[in-house]
Amino acid sequence: MLSAQSLALIDREVAKYPADQKRSAVMGALRIALEERRSTGETPEARCLNQEVIEFVANYLEIPPVAAYEVATFYNMYDMKPVGKYKITVCTNLPCALRGGVNAAEYISHKLGIAIGETSSDGMYTLLEGECMGACGDAPVLLVNNHSMCSFMTSEAIDKKLAELK
Amino acid sequence: MAVFVNGVIFDGVDTAAADAWRLDAYVARGGYQALRKILDSKLPQEDVIAEVKNSGLRGRGGAGFPTGLKWSFMPRSFPGDKYVVCNTDEGEPGTFKDRDILRFNPHSLIEGMIIAGYAMGTKAGYNYIHGEVFAEYLRFEEALEEARKAGFLGQNILGTDFSFELYAHHGYGAYICGEETALLESLEGKKGQPRFKPPFPASFGLYGKPTTINNTESFASVPFIIRDGAQKFLEAGKPNNGGTKLFSVSGHVNRPGNYEIPLGTPFSTLLEMAGGMKDGKKLKAVIPGGSSAPILPAEIMMNCTMDYDSISKAGSMLGSGAVIVMNEDVCMIKALERLAFFYHEESCGQCTPCREGTGWLYRVIHRIANGQGRPGDLELLDSVGNNMAGRTICALADAAVFPVRSFTKHFRHEFEYAIEHGKTLVDHKWC
Amino acid sequence: MLEIEIDGKKLTVPQGSTVMDAAHSVGTYIPHFCYHKKLSIAANCRMCLVEVEKAPKPLPACATPVTDGMKVHTHSDMAKKAQAGVMEFLLINHPLDCPICDQGGECQLQDLAVGYGNSASRYQEEKRVVVGKDMGPLVSAEEMSRCIHCTRCVRFTEEIGGFQEIGMANRSEFSEILPFLGKTVDSEISGNVIDLCPVGALTSKPFRYSTRAWELSRRKSVSPHDGLGANLIVQVKGNQVMRVLPLENEEINECWIADRDRFSYEGLNSAERLQKPMIKHDGKWHEADWQTALEYVVKGLNGVSRDHGKDAIGVLASPHSTTEELFLAQKLARSFGVNNVDYRLRRSDFRADAAQQGALWLGSSIVDLASAKSVLVVGSTQRQEQPLLASRLRQAVKKGSELNVIHVADDALLTKLNAKLIVSPLALVNALAQVLKAVVAIKSGESAIDLAAVSVSAEAQRIAESLCGAESASVVLGNVAQHHPAFSELLSLAQEIARLSGARFGVLAEAANSVGAELVGAVPTRGVFGAAVSAGLDAQQMIAAPRKAYVLLNSEVEFDSYNPQAAVAAMKSAETVIALTAFKAEGLLDYADVLLPIAPFSETAGSFVNMEGRLQTFNGVVRPLGEARPAWKVLRVLGNMLGISGFEYTSVEEVRAEWQGKGDIAPSLNNVLASVSANVQPAATALVRVGEVPLYQADAICRRASSLQATRAAAVPVAHAAQSVLDAAGVQSGAVVVLKQGDGQVRVALEADATLPAGVVRLATAHPTTIALGGMFDPIEIKQG
Repeated sequence: MLSAQSLALIDREVAKYPADQKRSAVMGALRIALEERRSTGETPEARCLNQEVIEFVANYLEIPPVAAYEVATFYNMYDMKPVGKYKITVCTNLPCALRGGVNAAEYISHKLGIAIGETSSDGMYTLLEGECMGACGDAPVLLVNNHSMCSFMTSEAIDKKLAELK
Repeated sequence: MAVFVNGVIFDGVDTAAADAWRLDAYVARGGYQALRKILDSKLPQEDVIAEVKNSGLRGRGGAGFPTGLKWSFMPRSFPGDKYVVCNTDEGEPGTFKDRDILRFNPHSLIEGMIIAGYAMGTKAGYNYIHGEVFAEYLRFEEALEEARKAGFLGQNILGTDFSFELYAHHGYGAYICGEETALLESLEGKKGQPRFKPPFPASFGLYGKPTTINNTESFASVPFIIRDGAQKFLEAGKPNNGGTKLFSVSGHVNRPGNYEIPLGTPFSTLLEMAGGMKDGKKLKAVIPGGSSAPILPAEIMMNCTMDYDSISKAGSMLGSGAVIVMNEDVCMIKALERLAFFYHEESCGQCTPCREGTGWLYRVIHRIANGQGRPGDLELLDSVGNNMAGRTICALADAAVFPVRSFTKHFRHEFEYAIEHGKTLVDHKWC
Repeated sequence: MLEIEIDGKKLTVPQGSTVMDAAHSVGTYIPHFCYHKKLSIAANCRMCLVEVEKAPKPLPACATPVTDGMKVHTHSDMAKKAQAGVMEFLLINHPLDCPICDQGGECQLQDLAVGYGNSASRYQEEKRVVVGKDMGPLVSAEEMSRCIHCTRCVRFTEEIGGFQEIGMANRSEFSEILPFLGKTVDSEISGNVIDLCPVGALTSKPFRYSTRAWELSRRKSVSPHDGLGANLIVQVKGNQVMRVLPLENEEINECWIADRDRFSYEGLNSAERLQKPMIKHDGKWHEADWQTALEYVVKGLNGVSRDHGKDAIGVLASPHSTTEELFLAQKLARSFGVNNVDYRLRRSDFRADAAQQGALWLGSSIVDLASAKSVLVVGSTQRQEQPLLASRLRQAVKKGSELNVIHVADDALLTKLNAKLIVSPLALVNALAQVLKAVVAIKSGESAIDLAAVSVSAEAQRIAESLCGAESASVVLGNVAQHHPAFSELLSLAQEIARLSGARFGVLAEAANSVGAELVGAVPTRGVFGAAVSAGLDAQQMIAAPRKAYVLLNSEVEFDSYNPQAAVAAMKSAETVIALTAFKAEGLLDYADVLLPIAPFSETAGSFVNMEGRLQTFNGVVRPLGEARPAWKVLRVLGNMLGISGFEYTSVEEVRAEWQGKGDIAPSLNNVLASVSANVQPAATALVRVGEVPLYQADAICRRASSLQATRAAAVPVAHAAQSVLDAAGVQSGAVVVLKQGDGQVRVALEADATLPAGVVRLATAHPTTIALGGMFDPIEIKQG
């Protein structure tokens, strides 16, 4: 289900916690599983977490599948719905909005021709609105695929970024 | 564009230098001297705690609880495992100071946590890092590796019989995990749903073991306190408000960023440091302590100094030190709507008043903002808020209600106008 | 002790009490939804907010520990405002359509809304809609918009069920209660979440929308399935059982019942119910009136008796029958001169009979078993045999007791085990002997059993240390041990372990009235309360040497016997088979000659004696269906027609008084054998079957309960074996193979299973697809399909 490399990474997470607390690694393990699916998935459906992979992670960590599912659905960075090759999450919370966060989201929406919450028909982009990323001083900020934070995203910076995301 | 002005944590940190965060640079700045001092002199645990108490350091996460006192709550003679946990789940809108600590000075945090581990007799610690700042999570992991290699972490630290391990754990998108017991649940691999207290983490924390949780900035202040002495830290601030504090200034200023300044600095000075109002617009309002703190109109704010007592007297909270600055173009209904949406999104869903109330508040405010307000809506908001605040396990419900109360109090005319006229008074512009 | 004042009432409560506990102890009701005395405290519904003096805000009574001198107000302004506020929040997104909700009339939310809610809603926004979920055939989760997120169901599956099958996904107002994607809720005690759900979100799928709660009458009864004797509330409308709920009895079933107890009532209303006597003529079945049928029976019995002697008749009675029925069955047989009476159809070893000195039972009360500091369960597929007791043992483990297991499969018991020995049935005796040998060493004792050939494994040592080190301990034998071909040896070993270690020992009664059957002499070697009798043949002998006539009481030998192949052959070879049955069972139609329709437990008065020796009486909750009659009446009339005196009863109470007049229960319960013996040689290696009775095939009623039969536990059985067994047979996991025992064989998929020891093929017995096979723990062959 997951590559040896992903399993090694999960094992590294497991090692952080006491031997009888493997469950603690579920957030890391789901993140690692999601990263593998994002990097190998060819379609939006193949890039998100699904029943099989959540169950696999749960069994790997010896916790009930529904407990892993609770975690996967509680934290909003886990993609539970089909997602584009590039998931762009723009912070539109108040401090960011005051510095162009909403404008940035609207600009990307207009440029990609998709509304917030949608995935482009070619499966390349998903645009989401995010909550506070803890980087309000860099506003407008956005995340590409959860882990790559882009700061000071003016229209010009967005143009440049989108040009890279091909 | 982080901006720092003197201070404690960022003293001597060159944020422009690519390697300023690395161990070598930290050591060159005097890093790990505090730890060496403790270990070399075999400083008794209670003396370390006393020093932190004397420094007047108060929790930098928002609640402002005296750090040394918190440390003294850890049961000394507990036979099993105990933990120290750092809360770097920084997601309170407006707050972005801890990210810069991880980015530019992670070893100050590591050293602070090691000292905390020493003082409280714990063998392991975790730093819970906001999932959205994943690059900083990875950097922190790297810094941990440096510290391990250099013998500051792990078995027999610096050749003594003191051992301490520290690990990084990332969140993945849940504001509530900034609440300390939700954070513990999350660290245990569960949903981040706050626990009912009592029992408190000091007796029943991570994995049911005694646990002390502090904010990143609090831990990162500790090396300075130990190295340079409590008195020096205390003197950097003002009585009952010891030390410097990081203020994250965001919104309509010319130079948003982090400012580490002595507690008690006038707000007007901080505003000046941040380059004053953007585009020369007029200051309308400030949220002085993160989105959960009550908003203050310009005229009140301009008379405040930036410390726990002054802001509290003005009717708000210093909170996490997040200063959100708004100019005259901001419609207060729109601003409140966005915050209400946030709390509605981020409620953990556990307690009835918060799960149901945050959505109710948001929907009513959304209606008003969109010209669909009804007579009685303001009374309804007030009443719903009263039924939420203080009725839940954690303070998220209160945090959702404070902005509603303060916005409708200080800017009531805008709400009344919108309800009466079916449109907002201010021709809203975000920026 | 702490002093507390609740609404002006002063009381003292033990340290560690919550305000809710204190309120309960003085009968003060505090409204609540998430709180449940048997579940962990969640404090999430916030309905129980009360005012505590000196606290700035209202506190949840369920989670707030009492401190000395605390003063609580449950009806002050602060408390009432808080409670009304919470009620409003609970209702804003809850559909206000009680008249069409299945829970209407028995809904906690509805009840409390009357007291704490307003008459009109201030919520003018759109209400939340939550899509329904599929939790399987028993629990309906169609109406999840009604859910108030109290998480009782979640906590139940995790804490009582032992495995979290239900979760609350998402967060904020998007939180949803659900099972894992694509999974149903499969716990054997899942139905309790229906009772726990305070609203109409989780309801009974079979019962839903069949009637309104207020149209039902509630009658007390006792579960007719396993030996626990769970107390029931049977709800009736017209003359039909509509629903079954638990009747709380802390000493037996607490506030729970197993799904088998709850949903088997569907079998009572099944189309297979026999409503008129039937007689087979020339291979064809005809309905008959009672007189004709009874005359036919009498003629048949007299005929066989005349032609072949009384010994040619055998009586096989089900231990799911009432004590009164079993008493009369043995009385009738013995009075008629037939000594071949037995209830132990699934037993294969009767060597202990000669040494037995009383009725076999649990050896302690259920409460004592659950509070023992160390328990050794030998040969029990626990969750199948005793679903509720298995749960109770899990709770015991949480409270610190050590659970040890010796069994033929490493089943998921959903709890922490102190030690386990998983061996082939052939090695079961040796495994228990290892424990005995370790106990002998620890206690420096001696045993009459020769243990020289036994070497003690580390796990056996751990078990022995656990039993010897605990201040209270129990060794109990489950169904696998009781059905095992070396039961008498296992019982001997358990007795020796108990004697030396100070533990109690006993058996987990298989059926609702196994102990009752023992007590009233439904066995060939002992009469009522152990009275001396002329010995007859036991169940196995009656099959091994077929009789000319059989009388079956609630028995379906193809499902109820140790060796269905042999049992069916014996029935077919008989001149006449007389079945007293509630069902027109396929097997009976095949091999019986006359069917007499008798009433199941719900349609007759009677009693069961549970595993701890507790007599529980009950009345019929509805009238017998069609022309069915209580079996005690049928047996009475048969006695009269056979010309036997002493069958002039006018009520079941008279029957009960008669057997009760012959002795007392307590002194008659005795597991101690007069002499012990066991051959403890390490087992020979051979391939044997592990053939247990599936969860919902245990008795005639649950076999016909359609919703239970739709569960995963009732799926057509598949064979399992260790990989080594598959390798030796040269088959791939999942391949269809032919399994052969004696003259019979079945084609079935064989799957690799790491929980099984070597030398074993696990394939359920008591199922239509496997009745061609032989003994439950006998040798078996694998042939490639």
